[in-house]
Amino acid sequence: MSVPDTANGPVLEAPEILVDFPDPAVDTEAETLLALAQPQRKEAGGEVSLRLLVEIGTEEIPDWMIPTALENLRLSFEKLEIPHESVRLDATPRRLVLRAEGLPARQPDSVERVLGPPKAAPPQAAAGFARKQGVLLADLKVESTPKGEYYTYLKKVPGRNIVDLLAEALPGVILGLYFPKTMYWTGKGGPRFIRPIRWIVALLGDEIIPFELAGVRSGRLTSGHRRLGAREIAVTTANYERRLGEHGVVLSAEERRNRIRRGMAAIRIKPDDALLETLVYLTECPTPIQGSFDPQFLELPEEVLITVMRHHQKYFSVEDSDGKLAPAFVAVMNIPSDPEGFVRSGNERVLRARFNDARFFWETDQKKKLADRQPDLAHVTFQAKLGSYLAKTERMMQLAAELGGDAHAVRAAELCKIDLTTELVKEFTELQGVVGGLYARVQGESDPVWQAIYDHYKPESMEDAIPRHRTAQIVALADKLDTLRGCFGVGMVPTGSRDPFALRRAAQGVVRILIEGRFDLSLFDYIGADEALKSFFAERVRYYFKDIRGFAYDEINACMAASCGWGNLVDLEARLERVRSLRASPDFAPVAAAFKRIANILGQAKGIGFTALPSGVDETLLEAGPEQELYREFRRTAGQPIENAIARLRPKIDLFFDKVLVNAPDLAVRQNRLTLLETLLAEFSTIADFSEIVTNS
Amino acid sequence: MRSFQQIILTLKQYWADRGCVIQEPYDTEVGAGTMCPETFLRVLGPDPYRVAYVQPSRRPADGRYGDNPNRLYKHSQLQVILKPAPADVIEQYLGSLEAIGIDLKQHDLKLEEDNWEAPTLGAWGIGWQVMLDGLEISQFTYFQQCGGIDLDLVPAELTYGLERLTAFLQVKDSVYDIEWAPGFSYGDVRYKDELQYSVYNFEMADIATLWKLFDLYEGEATRLLQLYDPKSPGKKRFPVLPAYDQVLKCSNLFNTLDARGAISVTERVGVIQRVRKMAVAVAAAWSDQQSAVAEVAQ
Repeated sequence: MSVPDTANGPVLEAPEILVDFPDPAVDTEAETLLALAQPQRKEAGGEVSLRLLVEIGTEEIPDWMIPTALENLRLSFEKLEIPHESVRLDATPRRLVLRAEGLPARQPDSVERVLGPPKAAPPQAAAGFARKQGVLLADLKVESTPKGEYYTYLKKVPGRNIVDLLAEALPGVILGLYFPKTMYWTGKGGPRFIRPIRWIVALLGDEIIPFELAGVRSGRLTSGHRRLGAREIAVTTANYERRLGEHGVVLSAEERRNRIRRGMAAIRIKPDDALLETLVYLTECPTPIQGSFDPQFLELPEEVLITVMRHHQKYFSVEDSDGKLAPAFVAVMNIPSDPEGFVRSGNERVLRARFNDARFFWETDQKKKLADRQPDLAHVTFQAKLGSYLAKTERMMQLAAELGGDAHAVRAAELCKIDLTTELVKEFTELQGVVGGLYARVQGESDPVWQAIYDHYKPESMEDAIPRHRTAQIVALADKLDTLRGCFGVGMVPTGSRDPFALRRAAQGVVRILIEGRFDLSLFDYIGADEALKSFFAERVRYYFKDIRGFAYDEINACMAASCGWGNLVDLEARLERVRSLRASPDFAPVAAAFKRIANILGQAKGIGFTALPSGVDETLLEAGPEQELYREFRRTAGQPIENAIARLRPKIDLFFDKVLVNAPDLAVRQNRLTLLETLLAEFSTIADFSEIVTNS
Repeated sequence: MRSFQQIILTLKQYWADRGCVIQEPYDTEVGAGTMCPETFLRVLGPDPYRVAYVQPSRRPADGRYGDNPNRLYKHSQLQVILKPAPADVIEQYLGSLEAIGIDLKQHDLKLEEDNWEAPTLGAWGIGWQVMLDGLEISQFTYFQQCGGIDLDLVPAELTYGLERLTAFLQVKDSVYDIEWAPGFSYGDVRYKDELQYSVYNFEMADIATLWKLFDLYEGEATRLLQLYDPKSPGKKRFPVLPAYDQVLKCSNLFNTLDARGAISVTERVGVIQRVRKMAVAVAAAWSDQQSAVAEVAQ
């Protein structure tokens, strides 16, 4: 066991500190002291095998950032290339933890070959080289190299202590973790992290990995649950998780998840995995409790009640045996029990106040119909340069009609933004659209109209469904297209991660509605001549077909480059399906390669002034043999499915390229031949530009 | 049962014991405790500072004529600034809750991400809302920038919603029912304020007059700020604080006009910009004034 650096000697000092500490908030335990005396290492085949424990103790990290941070921590650790048998990552809001097993104490020694002077050099040169390496002349060897015989010295490079290596690397690993938004806390120019770092446990075996970060020295003291545990707890790599458990912290996210699930097992809750994950990473000691509310509130729309519970209070909703919303909720607290019922009654009181507010808003808003509120939209800014929502509404009504919408669609477009003026939406902004739809229904608007208002923000994410009905799909398209056209029109184009108007989401929504809603129209007719917007859409279309639908990128390139363009996304999808199924055929790759060749030949020919014959191929100029056969086969396959055509054309194309010289000396023959190739290419390019397909040939 | 005023007194004592200057409320209308010079200006520059005060915070649009049990035109914030934030700042905060009788082993406390931003002040910070049994009782912020300036020392700002906290402790569903002092409910003390200011802000405030006042205060602030000369040997005596008062007046007038529905689409963004411009200029002048003082001291 290596002797700890005395400057960082907590291994030896720790027992004293612990004994001297009068603070009852410090938990010492005899076992920990013993553990300090007895090295925690196992010998495996004579090799030392150590446990590593790194805990970054912080103030509460936002729950949604934790899983990604842990993954980054794992990657950064792997990059250090320290041999280990296993790694385990854990986290609570107040700690990011990396544990690894089977680390060596030292890197293996290595040998470095140092090249000296040539053997032919004067003897002083060799002596000088030996002196510089700090060895005797006799320790040098003579080796043959391609340049002749040279003196060499095989220098032993001792492996470094892993503790030293980690002490050097860990500060960089920790501060290098990526978080979407960081802060500084030790003063201007100080280190940045997601929240202040308050303690660090760093142990290799029983030795502290000594380093300092943001004024915090690494050590062996962790911290328990804020109110159920001690503020300082001495731990070893062996007892760390158990000691945390004794101090109110359930370290494993899986265990916290199970605790919540078990606690709700007897209650019929509305399943909500995203909420469950939030609560798993918002607590160190999660415990579900059930509360109830006055059934009278069930008169309010379910959407409103659920939003209040879900988004504002982080409660699970409860269903009765018929699957209808029950007057109850489940909250997850960060303590193990609520014997006095304080937590339950407190949460019930908060929910009552929130529901009362919602009811008040619901009733107040009803005093003025949506349709009567339209002038108020003039006071709601859509975007400074693009004017008010009233102006947007007028544009959307126009667009809805252009997209083939009927009177219902236009009416829905007219009303769909008005809920922005209601108190309920001002209070619960995530209910925009939904609230408008509910008010429209109560106020007697037809089913297609209120449903379209209700659904028109959909899809709000890649997982979200597109609007259910045609009218709603049209209104949703009109809304998103107007936003995109407007923003691009005034130069508000997303860059990198900056996309304040969520234009990527809007464009993705348009793409999905057009395809999944089977809209047989060209997108280009609705986005005008804006090239930036067109290429923005191209990106979203590629993303959709590649990442969501699993098409290969070259298939997508090929079909988007087809002569008919890619504006009709339903047609593009159909062509992609065909190319994908074609690809399975053995004839496909050779034909694709041939098309690439044709495209190259034509490209070169055009470079030196070739233009195709306006009247098409002149049959009289076709040479007997492969050229005529190719042409005849091409004529015969006209109008046949591409699958057949390719199978039949393949041997003819192969033969043509094998036997026929495209650049014939006779200019008329050459031009006719090139025209044949161009006709062939044009015919198939209506489906895809096959020269974009990546082939091995 | 602790009364509203006992809770305030206990918290003030708690923070006085931890080295805070106990200030009285600022005597100009503000929308939040953060806007008081004791926070907005004191967080700038390299000098440590600790202060606590109860600030009546006026939000005209939140008025409900005294009808809503939870919403107030004027609520009371306890504002605590610890500059720089000590390493155990959250512990100290939790201790303050225990000081007013909340047993945190029996209640559910969570710190949920909530970053604070005040565009009109060019200020933002990183922090949490503090949830106690599902009720938001505090906002906890590590300031990063104020008046568009990166802060030298990072202060922690703790704000307590005193009415909510008291309603929680006294188990009252309506803020008007909480006991302010023995024999006096919150309603006895504040109901008239809520009713009359709601009437004024929503119905009777004269829009033309308010705009005229806004222009006058803005004019005075701008006039002063243009006179500030960083090279002047006498700049220490320059009235930056009075200039800032004019900015606060503008901010409150903006809020009142907004509640009155008098600010149109095109105006809104512009007016926020006007207030921000003044606030940023005040922060810059104040910072410059402080740095000069430090140089002389060396």
